[in-house]
Amino acid sequence: MSASVIAQYVMNGAMLGMMYALVAVGFTLFFGVLDIIQFSHGDVVAAGAFAGLAAWTLLTAAGVAAPAVLLLAVVLSAIAVTALLGAVVARFIVLPVKGAPQLNVLLVTLMAGTVLRECLRLFYPGGSQPKLFPALLPTSGWDIGGFHLRFDNVILLVSGALLIAGTHLIITRSRLGLAIRAVAQDEETARTMGIDFRRVVLVTFALGSALAAFAGVIDGLYYNEVFFGMGLLLGVIGFAAAILGGLGNLYGAIVGGFLFAALQTIGAVALPFASAYKDVFAFGVVILLMAIRPTGLIGERASERV
Amino acid sequence: MRFAAAALIAVLSFSASAKETVRIAFVGPLTGGNSAIGLGGRNSADLAVRLRNADGKSKHQYELVVLDDECKPDAGVQMATKAGSDRTIVAGVTHYCSVVAMATVDTYHRFALPVIVWGAVLPDITYANDFKEIHRVNGTMINQNETNAKFMSERGFRKVAVIHDTTDYGKGHNKYFSQFFQKAGGQIIATFGVTADQQDFTAELTQIKAQNPEALYFGGLTPIGVRVRAQMDKLGLKAQFDGTSGIVNDDFIKALGPLAEGALAFREGAPAEKLPGGRKFLEDYNKQGYSNPPEAYGPFAYAAAELLMDAIDKVGPDRKKIVKELANVTDRDSIVGKITFDDHGQNTVPAITRYVVQDGKWVTWEESEYAAGKRKLTNGK
Repeated sequence: MSASVIAQYVMNGAMLGMMYALVAVGFTLFFGVLDIIQFSHGDVVAAGAFAGLAAWTLLTAAGVAAPAVLLLAVVLSAIAVTALLGAVVARFIVLPVKGAPQLNVLLVTLMAGTVLRECLRLFYPGGSQPKLFPALLPTSGWDIGGFHLRFDNVILLVSGALLIAGTHLIITRSRLGLAIRAVAQDEETARTMGIDFRRVVLVTFALGSALAAFAGVIDGLYYNEVFFGMGLLLGVIGFAAAILGGLGNLYGAIVGGFLFAALQTIGAVALPFASAYKDVFAFGVVILLMAIRPTGLIGERASERV
Repeated sequence: MRFAAAALIAVLSFSASAKETVRIAFVGPLTGGNSAIGLGGRNSADLAVRLRNADGKSKHQYELVVLDDECKPDAGVQMATKAGSDRTIVAGVTHYCSVVAMATVDTYHRFALPVIVWGAVLPDITYANDFKEIHRVNGTMINQNETNAKFMSERGFRKVAVIHDTTDYGKGHNKYFSQFFQKAGGQIIATFGVTADQQDFTAELTQIKAQNPEALYFGGLTPIGVRVRAQMDKLGLKAQFDGTSGIVNDDFIKALGPLAEGALAFREGAPAEKLPGGRKFLEDYNKQGYSNPPEAYGPFAYAAAELLMDAIDKVGPDRKKIVKELANVTDRDSIVGKITFDDHGQNTVPAITRYVVQDGKWVTWEESEYAAGKRKLTNGK
């Protein structure tokens, strides 16, 4: 296998890994703050992609053609819609059942995800079909040997990395982040220190969901196609990645996301059997790793929560 | 005057209710990724029923019961059971997706419900059983892939990579295409089976790109066909995209935009306007004001519904008698050409049409600028 082919695999895996990491970071944020699993997160990703697509459709119908304007509108619309959606899920679905057993939260969010998915299918015009997502980034690129490096992929990767870094900064450096970490460590104490618990939860959900929106837009721009059911597998993979890395740990989510993408790529490329089994292989390895390290690769003890 | 109108209405409704209502099922994918074809099929079967009722010559008043198989085997079996167990339904026009058609044959046999498949192309649906209830008006993927392989090798494509989905449908396409293509002297340099809902094909395509094929044969349906074609472009893989009947629909072009240009595909039968009764079919279809086009398999659904209603008109709404009657279908004129069922209920005279996408439309090869030499397929063939 030549170096250019390997470079191509690395690039493919990196793109997948970035999407998984962005989704996994959301899972980990929610778990860190509230100790809950938000199972509709994957469908929030799909909703983000469709919100972006809707903005594009409306603006092009209104005669806007500048790619930069369209791109900005797509990203902002996706982020605004999903941030709101995340806050609504937190306020009306998660917080009311917070006192109930954890299983209830898991169940209600799972159902909320199905409702969201079916709404996309039924109410988005032509939503049951795969939809063409516009290519808004420059599609040219370089051919380095057999390796085809495209500008749009580079831009997507870099912006994804910046976004994760930005989230990290917010959590470690800002007053809001301090409040999030305080709530994550000890809700009661945080409350007595005057932190508005509900506000922190809503903002965290908005933040995590906005990251998911970005993952949705990356997905759309990368594949030039979005589908109402795209969030289902993304959600499961994002969740697996978060667990794999160590739920509640930001770095763990990133590591988990990229590791899962690497496993899928290896499953499709390096193994002798049909590539249809790549998910079987990747999830199988996740099960194995979880048996070896139940608290994840970067366990909670090794680092501070969130 | 008012009295006369009331009397007229009374007479009309009496004459309508005097006819026995006979129910026929239509089963196809009405939601999900393949719903465009399903809706086209439903409309076409509906058209056949409406025209027969309007015509007034039939002893029966027909009613089409529409069921959605979602292109999923489990949903398909549920719908087949629903149709089979409802004794008021006497026959069915069933299935576009091969996996679903394959999963339901036992059910129809068990309920002794005569059905005519209108779109699924897997040979085993008719040939892997001896069920007298199962018939099919369209050809199978054997004929389709033979033409495809011959065409590709005649255009000078020697090295071809294959991506197929791992359902019976995709596996069957892979088997027959590879077999005929190798017989024609071509070489299959790589074969990848993928899941039918896979999103990312970059790993497979990167491996294919490294082997530098002249063409990529895709055995599967529109949703992943779109993804494979789009991701080929992302990776800079310059190979001719060669598809099957599963991608001949407007959605494939809509979802790809300009990237669809030059894609090849092969299908049983001919485009609606070229069929013996095609022009009239399209005229009637457009008159009804359906919101979707008939799509590739609409005429087959229409022909299947016609065959069933002919049989029912002749022998009455009795499942067993209809099965017996359908066994006699030989050289029957229909809008898709002559229909002859062999002893497996398979129509034996399907012509294959070659298609290429040109300027956002599926055009028959003979009429395309590609055949005329004005445009070239990928790699200058």
